[in-house]
Amino acid sequence: MGKKKEVDDRFKKFGTVSFTAITKVNDFIDYLEQGKVMASRCQTCGMVFFPPRADCYKCLTSDMEWVEVSGKGKLVSYSKLEFAPIGFGDDLPYAIALLDYGDYKVFGRIADNVPDDEIRVGMELVTRVNELPNGQLNYVFDRV
Amino acid sequence: MGKVGIIGVGQSAFVRGYPGSIRELAFEGFRDAVQDAGVSSQDIDASVICSAPEYDKQRSPAGVFAEYLGLVPQPTFYMESLCSSSSMGLRVAYSLVKSGLHDVVAVIGFQKMSEISSAESQERMGRGADIQWESPFGTMMPAYYAMYARAHMEKYGTTPEDLALIRVKAATYGQVNEKAVYRKPVTFEMFSDPESPMSNPVASPLRVGDCCANADGSSCVIVASEERAKTLSQKPVWIMGLGAASTAVNLAGRDLFTGLTVAQEAGDQAYKMAGVTPKDIDVAEVHDCFTIAEMMAYENLGFAQPGEGKELIKSKATYKEGSIPVNVDGGLLSKGHPIGATGGSQLRTIVLQLRGEAGDMQVKDPEVGLVHNIGGVGLYGNVTILGR
Repeated sequence: MGKKKEVDDRFKKFGTVSFTAITKVNDFIDYLEQGKVMASRCQTCGMVFFPPRADCYKCLTSDMEWVEVSGKGKLVSYSKLEFAPIGFGDDLPYAIALLDYGDYKVFGRIADNVPDDEIRVGMELVTRVNELPNGQLNYVFDRV
Repeated sequence: MGKVGIIGVGQSAFVRGYPGSIRELAFEGFRDAVQDAGVSSQDIDASVICSAPEYDKQRSPAGVFAEYLGLVPQPTFYMESLCSSSSMGLRVAYSLVKSGLHDVVAVIGFQKMSEISSAESQERMGRGADIQWESPFGTMMPAYYAMYARAHMEKYGTTPEDLALIRVKAATYGQVNEKAVYRKPVTFEMFSDPESPMSNPVASPLRVGDCCANADGSSCVIVASEERAKTLSQKPVWIMGLGAASTAVNLAGRDLFTGLTVAQEAGDQAYKMAGVTPKDIDVAEVHDCFTIAEMMAYENLGFAQPGEGKELIKSKATYKEGSIPVNVDGGLLSKGHPIGATGGSQLRTIVLQLRGEAGDMQVKDPEVGLVHNIGGVGLYGNVTILGR
């Protein structure tokens, strides 16, 4: 009824600076707002994808369902940055990292409250939603 | 079907702040190669222009360059695979010649990185990774390679000191390479000296000394069919093997973090095509954008077993007099890394080595050489094997 078509650009809220605004997995942001980090699972073959995707390359179908990234993952590797790209300087220093959940891996940051001297490759961490000082949302790996 | 030969190689000096436009930069590498080959623009049937486009204000540089270099009306087009663009360009040129479509093709690589700040450049380079799912965390190239370094150290006991030795080797040869951007000596002690910039942390465990510098530069490699190569060139160098591979862009989609699968796969393909083994390689150029990248290359290319790359550098086996000389032109660490020009510069070094024209950097009588050129964080891998 004369309603202006709204652009679904929810994804611009992801991370300190998002380089993507429109994606078919925009619901990922709604889940973040509910405190959940989600992966996607192909309803045909059952394969779980992280990062979540709208389409399964094996089945060539787009019947995906959301599944929560929960429980503990193992730290595969990490690096603490002393320099940052444009737009990320206020976050310094921060550590990017990879967590292995067995069926899939998650790339993100280690929570700021985890002391450097406690970080070990192979340690168990959990993934949780994090609100950034600029109001954006991401997720971080925190102590169990 | 005959062989495909390289009849001319050239590059500009790699510098910070090239005082000219991109077409003028490309001219320098092109002129060097054309003069090296002893041909003219009219002998070249097609050109492949290679770079990473995010640094360029010019859309579609190929047409602009072709006109500036006197390569019109011949076909020209653009080729991109991040930091391995000009090795991928060579692969394309090889197939253009091998197919019989063209007899002589110029592969021209370039990058003018200095028009944007270092931080902006890191951000753009970081966008060679997964911009939807990784870049929002504030990623950059040194941090990704640092994650590989951390994993390598954890699994194999590699140390930051082992990595420092690779930079010291690079600087040894960078000092005698007049095309290199970084020509000062680097000592092992600088890495433990808080007064030295080399010791400054960038992304743990990598320090400033572990990282190559941005640079402006151009390179050119001219390839020809066997028949034309024999007519035009006194000393053609033959393309014996080519390998190329790709993998998941997001680290979450990978399984190996102590090496690059694209290098393993591209290396296997190139060795098989050339009919040689790692033991047959007399001199190599590997993509040392970071010290850990050279360490992993030793292992991924079969010069050392996984985890034993550190022994090669500790024993100086990869020095000029060693059993497998690697990056004896200073590598990316000393030469600098003008993205699109890098592969062509590596190829140039190996061609000069095989022709015995590498001057102070010359390895004793090499017959077979290898180039390992990686795009992104192990996203694309190209391995090229050349022989006399």
